[in-house]
Amino acid sequence: MIGLQHYVIVSAILFVTGVFGIFLNRKNVIIILMAIELILLSVNINLVAFSAYLGDLVGQVFAMFVLTVAAGEAAIGLAILVIYFRGRGTIAVDDINRMKG
Amino acid sequence: MIQTIAFYLFAIMVIAAGVLTVTARNPVHSVLWLILAFFNAAGLMVLVGAEFIALLLVIVYVGAVAVLFLFVVMMLDIDFAELRAGFARYAPFGVLLVLVLLAEIVFATAAWNAGGIDMARAVAPIPAEVPNIQALGTVIYTRYLYIFEAAGLVLLVAMIGAIVLTHRARGGVRSQNASQQIRRRPEDAVRNVNQPVGQGVEI
Repeated sequence: MIGLQHYVIVSAILFVTGVFGIFLNRKNVIIILMAIELILLSVNINLVAFSAYLGDLVGQVFAMFVLTVAAGEAAIGLAILVIYFRGRGTIAVDDINRMKG
Repeated sequence: MIQTIAFYLFAIMVIAAGVLTVTARNPVHSVLWLILAFFNAAGLMVLVGAEFIALLLVIVYVGAVAVLFLFVVMMLDIDFAELRAGFARYAPFGVLLVLVLLAEIVFATAAWNAGGIDMARAVAPIPAEVPNIQALGTVIYTRYLYIFEAAGLVLLVAMIGAIVLTHRARGGVRSQNASQQIRRRPEDAVRNVNQPVGQGVEI
């Protein structure tokens, strides 16, 4: 029988895969955004699994809000990426220092 | 039994697709692996009875977000080989950090298993004999109505933000100005002249 533990471990592996992706592709911001999507997906799996195994619907409601924020984040991130590419002609993000922050 | 097989199938597929997403050489392949990961995650959610979130995942992520990624990847002319420089240099540190993080999460999960959550005190218990979508809708449109509308506001702000960021006003374009056309009266444009014979017309 599949327990909550199985879901939590799958979600943990997916989460660290996303973190690993951010480390591996430090220049390519498109892959970094995809890795963030993977992280949010793992959080959603966690929320839904806990919701189902604890018999509480709130987890699924919260997963829906996470989904909303993920969609907005992808749209804004890609818009910033497009204007960055227009100005610089590249998307290498490891040397963004124009604002000297 | 079939549930166990389906769980392991979806779990292995989602993890493999996730790993291939972050390691694929071509970003277009990355997006396609990401879509596979989303489909399998939706399968995992169907297995525990959360059909609505699973369908939302397929519709929102595969239908909108992944297509947006694909569009951007294909629209921008990027030298991806140059972006992969340093790929191997960061890998050992990344592996180390990931293993530490994974060990911590698994450890925390094992510690949680010792107990601590009172199962009987659910905020919104899942009702029996009611479809998942109906139960979820009952909760969202009553208790969490304001938060639900706030989520809509988040999407509106994201949409306006994306449009404002990427909109480019082109100079030198002669576009039609309707109000200026309507404001123009015959007196401003037409002149009656009693033209004498034998002289040129004054323009």
